[in-house]
Amino acid sequence: MGKLRSMTRLSRPALVLITLCLLALVSIACFMTLGAKGNWSFVLSFRGKKLASLLLVAHAVAVSTVLFQTVTNNRILTPSIMGFDALYVLIKTGVVFFLGVGALTSIDSQMQFGLEVLVMVAFSGLLFRWLFLGEERSLHLLVLVGIVFGILFRSLSQFMQRMLDPGAFNVLQDTFFASFATTDPTLLLISAIIVGLVTIAALRMLHSFDVLSLGRTHAINLGVNYKRTVVIILILVSILVAVSTALVGPVTFFGLLVATLAHSLIGNSRHHFVLPAAVLLAIICLVGGQTLLERVFAFDTALSIIIEFLGGIVFIALVLRRAAR
Amino acid sequence: MIVTSEVTKSYGATAVVDGVSLTLPSGGITSIIGPNGAGKSTLLSMVSRLMAMDKGSVTVDGLDVTSTPSDVLARRLSILRQENHMTARLTVRDLVSFGRYPYTKGRLTLDDKRHIDEAITYLNLTELTDRFLDELSGGQRQRAFVAMVLCQDTDYVLLDEPLNNLDMKHAMGMMRLLRKAANELGKTVVLVLHDINFASWYSDYIVAMKQGRVVNQGPAAHMIDPAVLSDIYDMEIKVHEIGGQRISVYYE
Repeated sequence: MGKLRSMTRLSRPALVLITLCLLALVSIACFMTLGAKGNWSFVLSFRGKKLASLLLVAHAVAVSTVLFQTVTNNRILTPSIMGFDALYVLIKTGVVFFLGVGALTSIDSQMQFGLEVLVMVAFSGLLFRWLFLGEERSLHLLVLVGIVFGILFRSLSQFMQRMLDPGAFNVLQDTFFASFATTDPTLLLISAIIVGLVTIAALRMLHSFDVLSLGRTHAINLGVNYKRTVVIILILVSILVAVSTALVGPVTFFGLLVATLAHSLIGNSRHHFVLPAAVLLAIICLVGGQTLLERVFAFDTALSIIIEFLGGIVFIALVLRRAAR
Repeated sequence: MIVTSEVTKSYGATAVVDGVSLTLPSGGITSIIGPNGAGKSTLLSMVSRLMAMDKGSVTVDGLDVTSTPSDVLARRLSILRQENHMTARLTVRDLVSFGRYPYTKGRLTLDDKRHIDEAITYLNLTELTDRFLDELSGGQRQRAFVAMVLCQDTDYVLLDEPLNNLDMKHAMGMMRLLRKAANELGKTVVLVLHDINFASWYSDYIVAMKQGRVVNQGPAAHMIDPAVLSDIYDMEIKVHEIGGQRISVYYE
């Protein structure tokens, strides 16, 4: 009996991963082929670009959320809590406010993208200096500072938006809603390279993630260079968040949704299972969701609304469960 | 040998640990006792590099804990603290396996597996290896953490209030186990203890702290003495000899 139990336990993460892999492949296949009419080479290259951006965002959001939760040792907060989405809105609003609405369209979109990523990483780098002021609750301090900054950025951009003329405001608002459908191919390539490099860096540190998830005391006891490792991981996380936010705009609860699902499906906290599971779940959600939306419901609207709705419910459920304990 | 010299830690104007110079002998069990707020846990945290010191230095077998790479120290010295709140979901075996991380960074060798099995058997956790930590009782979980620390196979094992939240039976079991680890495996065990009778019964050496300073130290027989104890705790403590052991009585 005991042996049987341990065998089912052992194979559970593998089973979950195989199932998720199949589901992800099915969603990709459906996305590429369903309802295709006419020239295949056109259809495939057209949808291929869309698919690439969905995959990139799925990967970036899943990995960044799981790693952020590992480093901060909690299961509720995600990078968007640190005010990243708010900063994105502020940057865009600032551009329109100071340079006029023409700037959004006239500045080279790659330049704009590079700038956004840079500002966001710089901002997170600044935040992490706070990390080392204290020793024990420093990560909570970081998160609190993140919330405060988030409010500051949101208020600043609201303030600027009130002073914009209605036409400019309209154009601006259009860029805030996450859209998984429209993306520039060169941006895609640059993002893919950045995300690839970050992923390689993360893979080389894979062994330290599990140790970090034990918490600061145990991680130091087991010989992890805590400060250095945490800083590197947080920088990787901020690059990933910056890339995905710059690509499709803010998605607040999506990361939480896939990270929570991945943890509960896998059943343990080993990162070599949880990370791929989260990525696959994100792919299923985005690609599968987009297919359903476009082909089944013939409903060409933002997928992010549905995902945010589900993610929001998970968030509330998590908070309530914590409160009940 | 663990040597601290002039170790100081202050919060604002109050020095929690105030210029402590101490030499802890190798081998056996050393207990650090003293009233609440004496700086015992803070001292232990600084010795184990969990907390930076404001002044002074600590060496473990001649290695300075602030400058020696963390993974080198992790093979010499291990620390287990009281609060072991954990968000990660792990089985007992997973947890114990982490004890081998300083040696092989996550790739377990056959030798590691042997260490893990030994630690699990040593703490009578064989029945529980595949249980998740959140499915265990407080005492069982405590044993799992001690198994991890033993699996780390360090010469020095530091434990901060290991008897907290344990009932009499489990507290006794834990102390017997530490005694056994000191005798059989040659570990140097350093404990922060509140129960002076456990300290008396099981320690070889006792260090007493009060208001951030070391006020007295010596072999257990010297320290468990009415005058010495009363001075440490500012209260009347009687010491009786029962069956060759010194037992303190301080209930009224």
